[in-house]
Amino acid sequence: MNDSQQDSTAPIVTMEKVNKYFGSLHVMQDIDLEIAAGEVVVIVGASGSGKSTLIRCVNGLEEFQSGRIVVDGNELTPHGKGGKSLQTIRTEVGMVFQQFNLFPHLSVHANVTLAPEKVRGLNNAKAREIADRLLDRVGISNQADKYPSQLSGGQQQRVALARALAMEPRLMLFDEPTSALDPEMIGEVLDAMRELANEGMTMMIVTHEMGFAREVADRVIFVHDGRIVEEGTPQEVFDHPHHERTQAFLSRVLKH
Amino acid sequence: MDVNFQFDWQAAIASLPHLLTGIPWTLLISFGGLAIGFLIGIIFGLLRISPLRLLRWPATVYIEIFRGTPVLVQVLFIFYGLPQLLGGPINAVVAGIAAIALNAGAYISEIVRGGVQSIEKGQREAGLSLGLSRTDTFRYIIWPQALRRMIPALGNQGIVSIKDTSLFSVIGVGELVRQGQVYIATTFTALEVYLMVALLYLAITLSLSFALRLLERKGLVGQ
Repeated sequence: MNDSQQDSTAPIVTMEKVNKYFGSLHVMQDIDLEIAAGEVVVIVGASGSGKSTLIRCVNGLEEFQSGRIVVDGNELTPHGKGGKSLQTIRTEVGMVFQQFNLFPHLSVHANVTLAPEKVRGLNNAKAREIADRLLDRVGISNQADKYPSQLSGGQQQRVALARALAMEPRLMLFDEPTSALDPEMIGEVLDAMRELANEGMTMMIVTHEMGFAREVADRVIFVHDGRIVEEGTPQEVFDHPHHERTQAFLSRVLKH
Repeated sequence: MDVNFQFDWQAAIASLPHLLTGIPWTLLISFGGLAIGFLIGIIFGLLRISPLRLLRWPATVYIEIFRGTPVLVQVLFIFYGLPQLLGGPINAVVAGIAAIALNAGAYISEIVRGGVQSIEKGQREAGLSLGLSRTDTFRYIIWPQALRRMIPALGNQGIVSIKDTSLFSVIGVGELVRQGQVYIATTFTALEVYLMVALLYLAITLSLSFALRLLERKGLVGQ
């Protein structure tokens, strides 16, 4: 246990003056952001605005060039130098990807038990118990012995959610979790996410599902050209956007 | 056309016991060389995709040299050339195994590199995001998938290397072709004996193909 975990008021994520470049492209510009425990934050913005990059920095999948990021008391420093704390952060931060990224050579069950066994050192029986419970919760328990390719997209994404939850994360990152899904499967994934939010999980979600954002988010952040342009409650951002960029974006995405 | 020659099946069959004495040497050199070559291939294939240039370039140099020169020249160099440096003779079988290992190792390095690079980067990211170390991510996620994709190419390389061992008759290794030549020298039944030699190579390579196909089919579960 470190200090921050005992202090329930400390933010789980703190980003201070984070800057990131892809070559000459300045994809994150002086990002300052705090996420409180239990908070559900939805990040919206046009494609290429830097919103995926922002959450990928939180678990060190992307390096940044200046500033600092603290996740649950563990600090990430620029240029990917996190060392021990990077690994610690990753064990405490779960992530769900747009393309699911399930392990195709492992059964559904093994997808979920792999990290608890190899990272947490749980024995197989204990890991199976966790996997059974989580797969049941996301409604996949009767498919546990199948391989990912035998499941629908919606089912695969729910397995991916169970896989991340098996590490008992303090924070969950969602990188456009429904963007690769057929329309009829989006609902089942959003339902599972909604349930997780209701249980008090801290979540950072990049999504284009504005209805879901309005319903579930405690806070909505609008990102444009690598900057946080506007943030507030869903009502504030969606109904009374101040910035013209936000207004322009919303008028485009809410039209259809 | 008037063919004034009878294929002598009895002579062909009679050569078999002698030819079969070459098989253990052919198999030993092939599979010994391939096993070492596979290890070399894993090491140099991974060095080749290292983020460190200092590790990449020796791997590239090795691969280009041994892929770009004939196996026959390599084995002649090892068997006749190296003793001048070492000051003592090298066993012909050892030279043969070394040549196969170094040559196949260069090709397998490229197979390994291609196999590992073919795995989507999302697989690595998923492993890392779960808290797995880079080593464990490679070991449990990347490598098993890469290996599966490498099987057809590895099978090809295995077949090529088995056939390459026939070249080692020139340094006197008692492998299949050498046994055929020895037998023909006293019986003058070249047609029959070389046909039998060819069939024996086919038997070995087809067995390998078949085994790999089984492995591949079994391995394809979940892909």
